[in-house]
Formats: sequence, C-alpha cells, structure tokens
Amino acid sequence: MSTELKLKELSKKEDLFTHGHRMCAGCGAPIIVKMVLLAAEHPVIAANATGCLEVSSCISEYTAWKIPWIHTAFENAAATISGVETMYRAYKKKGKMDKDVKFIAFGGDGGTYDIGFQSLSGAMERGHDMLYICYDNGAYMNTGIQRSSATPRGADTTTCPAGSVIPGKPQRRKDLTRIMAAHNIPYAAQAAPSHWLDLMKKVRKALSAGGPTFMNIISPCNRGWRSKTDDAIALSRLAVETCYWPLYEVENGETRLTFKPKTKKPLIEFLKPQGRFKHLFAPENEQRLKQLEADIDAEWQRLLKESAG
Amino acid sequence: MQKVVAVTGNEAVANALRQANPDVCAAYPITPATDMMQRFASFVSNGEVDTELILVESEHSSMSACIGASAAGGRVITATSSQGLALMWEMLHIASGDNLPIIMPVVNRALSAPLNIHGDHSDAMGARDTGWIQLWSEDAQEAYDNTIQAFRIGEHLALRLPVMINLDGFIISHSIERMEYLEDKAVEDFIGEFKVVNALLDLDKPKSYGPLILPDLYIEYKRLQHEIMSRVKGVVLDVAEDFEKLSGRKYGLFESYRLEDAEVGLVIMSSAAGTAKDVVDSLRVKGIKAGLLKPRLFRPFPYGEMAASLQNLKAVAVMDRADSFGGYGPVFMEVSSALYGSSKRPALINKIYGLGGRDFLPAHAEETFLELVDIAKGGGIKTIKEYIGVRQ
Repeated sequence: MSTELKLKELSKKEDLFTHGHRMCAGCGAPIIVKMVLLAAEHPVIAANATGCLEVSSCISEYTAWKIPWIHTAFENAAATISGVETMYRAYKKKGKMDKDVKFIAFGGDGGTYDIGFQSLSGAMERGHDMLYICYDNGAYMNTGIQRSSATPRGADTTTCPAGSVIPGKPQRRKDLTRIMAAHNIPYAAQAAPSHWLDLMKKVRKALSAGGPTFMNIISPCNRGWRSKTDDAIALSRLAVETCYWPLYEVENGETRLTFKPKTKKPLIEFLKPQGRFKHLFAPENEQRLKQLEADIDAEWQRLLKESAG
Repeated sequence: MQKVVAVTGNEAVANALRQANPDVCAAYPITPATDMMQRFASFVSNGEVDTELILVESEHSSMSACIGASAAGGRVITATSSQGLALMWEMLHIASGDNLPIIMPVVNRALSAPLNIHGDHSDAMGARDTGWIQLWSEDAQEAYDNTIQAFRIGEHLALRLPVMINLDGFIISHSIERMEYLEDKAVEDFIGEFKVVNALLDLDKPKSYGPLILPDLYIEYKRLQHEIMSRVKGVVLDVAEDFEKLSGRKYGLFESYRLEDAEVGLVIMSSAAGTAKDVVDSLRVKGIKAGLLKPRLFRPFPYGEMAASLQNLKAVAVMDRADSFGGYGPVFMEVSSALYGSSKRPALINKIYGLGGRDFLPAHAEETFLELVDIAKGGGIKTIKEYIGVRQ
C-alpha cells in the first residue's frame, strides 16, 4: 500500500480531494489537503472545522472528499475527530473492524489557534491516535480577513486595519507549534506546501507516531495577503527561506530543523509582494517593521539553539 | 423478575445506561449529574460495560465527541446539567440536524446568574427548540424506565433522533427511593443491538457529514426534521406498550391523574407532580373535583391529546419550574396553544414555582387548587402569571 514519495509514483495515486471544490484560485489549502491525503498510507477519516476549506468543499449535494468526512462546528474539529477515533477503537475491541484507519482533523488558524484551542488541547492531552493539521493563512479569511492570534505583527486586516495611529496588528503571533509540542505529544511539526517532500514525510511520521500529533502548515491566501493569484508556492518558499516560517519538527521532545537556508534571505522579500504589509514600508512605520523582524529573528535563533541540542 | 432496590435517581439512571452497554460515552462533570457519570465510569473501570470513555475538557467537547462517535456508527451516551447543557447548546442542534440518536440524561438544574446548583427546569426548557426528543420523569423509577425506553425511541429507524431524559436535580438525582430494576438480559433484549446507519467507519461507502446547505434547500431540510418529529408520538406509544409487557409499568405521552371527571386541574411536570397528586387525593376527600396532568413527552408536544384531556375542565393552572422573563412559562405557552383550537376550554392560569430548588410544598398545590375552584365558580382570573412560594 505504501507509495514511494516520488512524483512519478505519487502521480499514479488517486486524488482523494477532487476538483470541483469552490476554493479561490491560487489558495494554498486545497494543495495542502491533496498532499496530506497523498502522503497517507492507510484509509483516512477526516474532520473539518468550519472555515474556507469546509464551506467550499462540501456544498450539498456535492462533496470534494472521496473519504469519510465530518464537519460539525467551528471550535471543535479536534473533539469531533476524537469521537470518531474512539468509536473506531470500540469497533476494534469488538472485532467489528479489521482495517487500520488514520484520523485527521483540518482547521484554519482561527479554528485552531483561537476558538478551537481548548478542544485541540483537550484532544492532544487525552492521547487520541489522530493528526491535527492547521492550515495557517494568518487571519479569519472566510469571514473577510479579520485578525487572529496567528496574524503576524504589523499586518493589515479588516479588524486591525493599518491606520494613521495604529499601523496594523500591534501584537506578536502566538507560537502554536511550540505550544502543541509542550503537550509532550510524540510529534509536532511545521511544514510548507513549497517544500512538498518535507511536508509529506512529516505527514507520514505524524500518522505513524501512534498518538496525538500536530502539524502547522503555512497556507498562502492571495485574498488576505493581497498577493498575486499564482504566487502561493513562491510565497510559501519565501516564507521558508526568510525564516518567517521555519521548517522543523519536535519528535519525542527533540527539536530538529528540517530545512536550513544556505543564506537567510531578508524578511522584506517575503513582505514586499504582500499588500497586507505595504504600509510597513512607509518611513513612519519603520519601528513596527523592525519589531516584526525582531520577532522572526528571535524565533529563528531560538530554534537554532534548540535544534543544536 | 424485577429486583427491588433503594437507590438514588442518579444511581438508577447510571444502571439503565450500564444495561444499555453503549459503545462510547463522552462526559464532563457538573453538579448534580456528576455522580451519575462517576458511577458509569466505575462500570467501565470494572469491565461491567464494553464502553470506551472519553473524559473531555468541556461539555461543548463532550457533545462534539458524541456527535463524532455517533456519526462513526454506534451507541453513544453522555449526561449533563444546567451550564453544561447551555454550553452544549450549539452542538445540540447539530446532533439532531445530523439525525444522530445520542442518549443524554439531563439532571435538571437552575441556570446562572445568580449561580445556583439546585433543581429547576430552566436548562432543558432552554433546549426546547434544539430538535431533541424530551422525556420527563417524576421519580427514580420513571427516570430509569425512560432511559431504557429512550434507546428504543431514539434509535428507531423511522426517527434516528437524540433523546434527553430529564430528572429533577437533587430531588430525584440524590434522594433514595424504592424502585425496581429489570434484569440485565431483559433490558438487553428489549433495547436490542444498535442498528448502524450511514457510518463514517463504513470505509467502502464514504459519507460526508455536515455539508453547507444554502437557501435553495435549507428550509426543505428543516421541514424534514419536523416531519420526522411528527412520527415520534407513535413510536413512544409503541415502545411504551412493549415496555409495559416487560415491566408491568404503563407510560403514555403524559399521565392523567383523576382527570376524567375533574373540574379543576394542574398541569405539572417531574417530581412536583408527586406532591400534587397527594393534594388531589386530599381535595377529593373534601368533595373538590381536582385532577392532574403530568407531561412526559414535552418534545414533540402532544397538542391534540392534551387538549382532549383538558378541554372539559373548568379551570386549569399550568405549573412552570422555569420562566420566560417577559413571557409566560414554557409549559403554559404550550398548553394554551394546545387548547386554543378546542371549542370548549378551561380558564387558564400560570404559576412559576420552585426556581433554584425552592421547595414545592403541598400547601402551594392546595392554594392553587383553591384559586382554581374560585375561578371555576365564576370568580374570574385576577392574574394570569404569578410566582408562588416567593418571600415577600
């Protein structure tokens, strides 16, 4: 059943998330979902938090999901899939299920960092055999680009608009990947769709860890980021190469960088193509830009130190 | 053979849940339901059930996990009270909208603020429109019997609806009463094996649960929920008939107590109905034609049947252990709706009683009956809605 993680082999596998969904052109999320499902080596049952991916992928009477899928509400994808996984164990115990099944919850950053944080933390602590995937586009994009706790400092959103007094979001992002690793789960990782092999390897590691696992995957959103429609993968790559979005994993407590750029690109290369950061390049907002750069540098330095052991 | 025991309501219902042997139970503690789930957890720990327990971090997650487990394809339970039910509110609609027969005892308790852990019906009345079947219980025996019947009702292939079994916090949940347990095997046979419908775990036929449905189909979907609800009364009566054969105990949509020739009557739910029945008996001795109607199935509400049972009375007081501030009590609103279409109907008043666990005493029932006697004689209604047992 296992497929080698090579493009030639993967291209022969059936897409379990099909065309016909109504996600925006150039959205990162469906690319991520396809990669995740292609990487999985067992049948998958998925839960989906309310959000872009959910409202666009199952509009009655159509579904883009060729696997069993459940959406219940916004804040509870982790709790919902924990119920499905528990019934699976009840089936196994009674000999009603002979296959090995994997359980994945997908949520955006709003449904994961914010409103779904409690239910995610609870499910991880309880130790369900499940993978939670956050596709992080850095704001509540589905409801119209409102700030979330994943929005980077300085970004312009509809609820922290860049104005003459307040130049975009004043606060630093929540470091959710680190918080999830602090649950002492067997596996937590950050990935990016530009680095597909890294992403798919991480999915395989997570799904074979035999416990609760978490992946945070950057998901470019051209509507919210105000970038070019065909720039999703290029921006994802810049996010990694500027160390805005470090690729790393925490496996049984050990932190490891899975990609180290030869030369770290200046952060502005990632920021410049995005309209949400445009105001930061005005001379009066220099301080906010520096704060953002300092946030990113501090995180990168911490990871270098931590992964050096 | 039935076993006579002296147990609390919580213990009785926990035993009914044990006998149903659910596949999954997700639970979160809250007074006064806590002790029911503690007892159930000990059944799990001691291998007396096959159930997988999920000890969640909130009631919102307990109902979410129940929904996931039920959609996965098996028998699922939880229990709660008050704030816990309120926190679940969003998910209650999703359980019923997805046709998931989750069984949930609700140990009725007041809602905050001010904080109060004692019994009233505010919690379940707030969940009136969530699409759940609601059964109400007068005592530990009825709570136990309702719980067993709830599995047959909710899991019925014509319904597949979640069921709430209501029992009064502390008054029933924590008082020890004499009651009778059915044998495990008899309950197992009565409830039967869970029939799997549209399981997520059926990997060969993938299902999508919880789609987006826009204005082109949403109202049709909601009308369908109403149509399914309209089948509930028939199923409840069929199940009650089978249950009577098994237990000798008779249940209907509601209980009529000395109502046939009554001139004045109370409509009163749950434990307070027991108190009021004693008062009916003593008034009858005094020559007052008093009677009582105790609702059992509150959702769906048996409008026609209830109107037929009440229309010949002269005056009726509807007793509510919950309030709608700025409106009438929730049971009153239903009973008056039921009677509006009758050509003959009694004068109707509404009493709010027992909020936050305030005792409902025989004197309260008696003074209400005497007011009804006065109204029946042509004394007129002074106030439609009044609070009784309130300190001045």
